Amino acid sequence: MSASVDPSPSATRSVAQVHRTAKTSGSNVWQRFRHHPGALAGAVVLGCLVLSAILAPLSPYDPETSDIGVRLNAPSWEHPMGTDALGRDLLTRLLYGGRISLSVGVMVVIIALVIGIPVGAVAGFFGGWVDDLLMRLTDAALSLPALLVLILMSAFLREVELPFLRSNSVATIAFIIGSLSWMTVARLVRASYLTIRELEFITAARCLGASDLRIMARHILPNAVGPIIVESTLEVGYAIMEESGLSFLGFGVQPPTPSWGNLLSDAQEHLTLHPWLAIFPGLMIFLAIISVNYIGDGIRDAFDPYRVLKKVGEV
Amino acid sequence: MGSYLLRRLLQLIPLLFLLSIALFALVNLAPGGPLASLGGSRHVNPQKAEQLRRQLGLDRPLPTQYLYWLVGNDWTKVDADGDGIAESPGTRRGVLRGDFGLSFRTRRPVLTEILERLPNTAYLMIATLIVVAVIALPVGVLSAVKQYSIFDLVATTLSFAGQAIPEFWLGLILILVFYVGLRNPATGEPLLPAGGMYTLGSAFSVGDWIKHLILPVAMGAVGWVAWYSRFLRAGMLDVIHQDYIRTARAKGLSRLRVLYRHALRNALIPLVTILALDLPYIFAGSLYVELIFSWPGMGRLYYQAATQRDYPLLMAILIIAAATTALCNLLADLAYALLDPRIRYE
Repeated sequence: MSASVDPSPSATRSVAQVHRTAKTSGSNVWQRFRHHPGALAGAVVLGCLVLSAILAPLSPYDPETSDIGVRLNAPSWEHPMGTDALGRDLLTRLLYGGRISLSVGVMVVIIALVIGIPVGAVAGFFGGWVDDLLMRLTDAALSLPALLVLILMSAFLREVELPFLRSNSVATIAFIIGSLSWMTVARLVRASYLTIRELEFITAARCLGASDLRIMARHILPNAVGPIIVESTLEVGYAIMEESGLSFLGFGVQPPTPSWGNLLSDAQEHLTLHPWLAIFPGLMIFLAIISVNYIGDGIRDAFDPYRVLKKVGEV
Repeated sequence: MGSYLLRRLLQLIPLLFLLSIALFALVNLAPGGPLASLGGSRHVNPQKAEQLRRQLGLDRPLPTQYLYWLVGNDWTKVDADGDGIAESPGTRRGVLRGDFGLSFRTRRPVLTEILERLPNTAYLMIATLIVVAVIALPVGVLSAVKQYSIFDLVATTLSFAGQAIPEFWLGLILILVFYVGLRNPATGEPLLPAGGMYTLGSAFSVGDWIKHLILPVAMGAVGWVAWYSRFLRAGMLDVIHQDYIRTARAKGLSRLRVLYRHALRNALIPLVTILALDLPYIFAGSLYVELIFSWPGMGRLYYQAATQRDYPLLMAILIIAAATTALCNLLADLAYALLDPRIRYE
């Protein structure tokens, strides 16, 4: 008989006790995050990726200068990940590509938050027809086939000159992906606002004469921050995946600017004879995303001790 | 229930209407217009292009074009020769009557193009789904039942990895291993084919057909297996700690019976929702799988249409995919209500 089906003695533990252990002050959150091995490993790996991307200029090679003498060299001491068809050092290009891919990840999340938080907050706070309208809009955006629309928007923006978005610049790609990434944030924020607006301290704040805007921003938002942070973390992973995918298809960041996705795309024609060109860029994408996901998992547990208790079967 | 269904179906209409306007604007606002791509790379004679523009109704303002796209133009006349007098009757019947127009690239009806590719995508996706179910179900259940065992640890770690692997990279690696690396010891040929649906020029055989299916299915299945098994594990964990499971055991039912008759059935309910939301992929397919393994399906068709700016085809695929998604959303909610008597829609 598995232990999980047995009534556990601590199942009788009172809700009050759980709530006492379930406080989420900043230091508690950090304490719990620290004890999540996966999250910690993820943080270390991601930290290394970010640091190496920042320090990319320290590489002895230039990411864009070709050196015909060393075309398509296999990995060696001089070129730990080999060289590409133009004799450029792959490791250096991957480090510079990391700058692009990682910053697209962060930019997408910022865009998603800038759109998603106000939409969710207004919908949840005011309710009624505003809520209906905004949520139908969110549903509509959710029922779009994301990858197909991303391709279409990228193809479209390639031809248009917009004031701030140079065609196919890194910012444009982030803008495109961000414009289809805010829906989950909006839904989460709405759910939080729906519950929190009914609590007594909101009534108290209103009695003190706080305006709607102030209540939304100062009183509710700080209490809704947990799920937003978790979702933002996971969103970084999705964004990196989507950028790599688009670039892989040729609809993302355009060469010669290296990104993990377009390096992988270039590698396709050399797959048979020079496989390292394909192996390493994918490995970088994989490492970045798995680290982000583990960090997200750790943050989720850290913000929600009740979930951890449930996990170990204490509740 | 009936009135709920009706209301939800009615809500789909404005949703799809809104989406079609947004997509139509996005597709048609690109400068250069669709004509830039007419005839592919071939240079188009300006006079002929102008005539074509009028025949396709592209000289009209966008709202009119949208109207023609939606309800057709056979009730009005088109000025085909450009003398300012509309004389030839329109020929389009509009999306609402099942006419998605002609593909710019092949000049064949868009719907024919789609229906040619749809079965290929559908059978690839159904094969993938079957593989996913066969692997993810036992893994998820076992992980939950043996929580924190070595098996659970390995399965959970692998599912994290599976969710983080870029699908397109996985495809390349599979080709690298099973096409480039491993050889059939008897013939010295690559172990598995890396493209197409069957060997060209050879007679159809089931073996050949399955061989071509293995790598694309594997590529598509990994992410899904990872996601479903994790989801099922969480669902099972929720369920097996509940009182009625303990009661069933206390009544003296066997562990297996409780697990499958009582726990799994309930843990599967949320999975049905997820499955319904993933169903549109049977239509849209996986673009990456189809591109990497040159699978002649919907995803690849869309990619070609996007690179060649085949607007009617793009529009058709997008709107059908969006409609499928919206319908599957509804389906998910209904399935939920059917499977879980605690949920009632008013």
